[in-house]
Amino acid sequence: MLSRTADHLFWMARYIERAENTARMLDVNLSTSLLPQSAEDAERGWRAMLGISELQAAFDERHPILNARDVLDFMVRDPGNPSSIYSCLQAARENARAVRGSLTTEVWETHNDTWLELQKQLSSRALERDPQQLFEWVKFRSHLSRGVTIGTMLKDEAFYFIRLGTFLERADNTARLIDVKFHGMTPVADQFNGNNGHNAVHYLDFYYWAAILRSVSAFEVYRKVYRDVITPPRVAELLILRDDMPRSLLNCIAEVCINLENVKNSRSGEAERRAGLLRAELKYGRIDDILHLGLHAYLTSFLERVNDLAGRVSQDFLVPLTAS
Amino acid sequence: MGVAFDEMRAADATVRPHYRGFEAWRAAQSADAMQFKRAEADLVFRRVGITFAVYGEKDEDSAGTERLIPFDVIPRIIPAAEWAQLEAGLRQRVKALNLFVHDVYHDQNMIRAGRIPPDQVFKNAQYRPEMHGVDVPGGIYAHIAGIDIVRAGAGEYYVLEDNLRVPSGVSYMLENRKMMMRLFPELFARNRVAPIAHYPDLLLENLRSVAPQGVADPVVALLTPGMYNSAYFEHAFLAQQMGIELVEGQDLFVQDNAVFMRTTRGPKRVDVIYRRVDDDFLDPLAFRPDSSLGVPGLLGVYRAGRVTLANAIGTGIADDKSIYPYVPDMIDFYLGEKPLLANVPTYKCRNTGELEHVLAHLPELVVKEVHNAGGYGMLVGPAATKAEIEQFRAKIKSDPANFVAQPTLALSTCPTYVESGIAPRHIDLRPYVLSGKDIATVPGGLTRVALREGSLVVNSSQGGGTKDTWVLER
Repeated sequence: MLSRTADHLFWMARYIERAENTARMLDVNLSTSLLPQSAEDAERGWRAMLGISELQAAFDERHPILNARDVLDFMVRDPGNPSSIYSCLQAARENARAVRGSLTTEVWETHNDTWLELQKQLSSRALERDPQQLFEWVKFRSHLSRGVTIGTMLKDEAFYFIRLGTFLERADNTARLIDVKFHGMTPVADQFNGNNGHNAVHYLDFYYWAAILRSVSAFEVYRKVYRDVITPPRVAELLILRDDMPRSLLNCIAEVCINLENVKNSRSGEAERRAGLLRAELKYGRIDDILHLGLHAYLTSFLERVNDLAGRVSQDFLVPLTAS
Repeated sequence: MGVAFDEMRAADATVRPHYRGFEAWRAAQSADAMQFKRAEADLVFRRVGITFAVYGEKDEDSAGTERLIPFDVIPRIIPAAEWAQLEAGLRQRVKALNLFVHDVYHDQNMIRAGRIPPDQVFKNAQYRPEMHGVDVPGGIYAHIAGIDIVRAGAGEYYVLEDNLRVPSGVSYMLENRKMMMRLFPELFARNRVAPIAHYPDLLLENLRSVAPQGVADPVVALLTPGMYNSAYFEHAFLAQQMGIELVEGQDLFVQDNAVFMRTTRGPKRVDVIYRRVDDDFLDPLAFRPDSSLGVPGLLGVYRAGRVTLANAIGTGIADDKSIYPYVPDMIDFYLGEKPLLANVPTYKCRNTGELEHVLAHLPELVVKEVHNAGGYGMLVGPAATKAEIEQFRAKIKSDPANFVAQPTLALSTCPTYVESGIAPRHIDLRPYVLSGKDIATVPGGLTRVALREGSLVVNSSQGGGTKDTWVLER
């Protein structure tokens, strides 16, 4: 298939996935901000949200003071923020439009409809009225686009590049989400960064981790898998190392490997090797070792490797990213 | 300009026979139900993304504005016998036009015979000296032609314009039918409407049939200027329907005297390019050097006969408005036949006598700039203000050869939904003619309608709408 077509498909999938995960992060932050806490802690929470998306500077440029409303506005509807839900859904739709001939009618119409409906939602003040319902809607549009893709598209290259985009983006986003605690830097939060992780859990901490679980739709999953109280090491284990957890890092990288294998060409050997190595490390890794190294350090290195993989995919198959 | 011919009703207001089935059905529908269906059509067109981009208008994100082309649910109906005559005339005309282009770039017999002035051809901006002596497969230049037809007077058909470069609109013809069948399936059960959905198959067959010699299984691609082009929807639609790659200039490159696409598995050879990019932008090495839409080196490969372009380079020489008056002569000269479809009488302002007549009758005439398309750069005398007429007079005087003029035709009308209910609006018709090994058409074409009362300008860029076009089989 055309490299440019593959490129559009890849980015279409990445953007819709990113919109979904942004909605998830905002949702979790909105929930935790309702916990009894000081104004400083609440502000820290929103800063963390901007920090993990590397958007702190861009936000500060526009808004001299930080408040929840402005962060929501910036992350949801600001067209000047390339990572806002608005920008992501627009970019997903524009990428889909560029290759609508390679998509089934249903897939194209889903993306087009999402974009049209978002504008309607925003102009009818959905964000002001009930932000959590809006986030729910974004999540379901992303579910729908994935479901329609799986349910209607031929399992050919186009499909594999879409899946590659989905899982590379999700690996990146899940890692950032787990790391939110680090960026939050509440005194109780960094207890196992470089420390042993089995200290008693502060009750507020419980809510943080529970919210993170909820944000990746893993709260019930956690109960089912561990049948026990929520502890940070187990949450980390579930979201990093479990191969049966659909948003875990291991599962994302395993899917990246499968789809890379499906599209491989004469140039892609190194990308496959690196993806395979990462999968092996996740598959045979132990959470104690990861926590011993420090969760933040581990995730930082993971993000670098995912970024490297994405760059290689562009180089080997797509329209190479030009250095800006 | 007299009273316009109405497609549905005779002068005594009785419904014409071929419209009786439809009109009886429509009269039985409640106004609410029709209103609902019309709203549904709008919604579906928007959701499906059947839009066109408007040049020069930008929204706040500085992306091009996407607009719907208004769709009217009352079809334009043509009886089978009338279509048969039209079709014969179209085949004859396109055949002659292809022979003319071939002649221009080879022996120039028609010019030698004194049937067309040489400067009309050689000084024409659409003449491409690069094409001289180049043989194209089957001698076909205009593989896809869109011939604009109007009906005037007591119902006579005239050819208003030949579009032989990159005619557009066929996707609307197909989507309009799909929409009508979706909204009103019962209508198609009751009326024998000739199907048109096989057009993409015909087009693909046609494109494959003109591949360079010796290519057994040709790879066909559609070259688009990109997603901000006004007809991008159509490019994507046709590529998808034919199952061929939709490429932009950046996706193609020339190597070893062949054209390749960049794919995820390396270069892939392309044999036939259905290009929807104008001549000027095709190859920055040969034509406009600032074009980023084309493929450097494409012309060389093309001239060597190692890739086919559809339509060929240089077809504009046959559809230019200054050449149009000579088409009946072409039919006589190359085919020895009488034209089955009439031209609109046309004054060539380059001839002093005709110029004087035009200048004396501006308020009655339609004056067109010879190289413009899309309804841009024309004067509709009866609808123009005195100031506009005087402005145009000055333009004509400063460069008479650049203008032709025609009497203002009372274009036929068709009942159309407007704000105040149903009212007659002027329409035209663009049938599509495919030339390859054979000449093929699908019954009907795209009917465009001028939605403003009294307006004769049907172009979508000027606020026109479209209708489904039925050829009624008996």
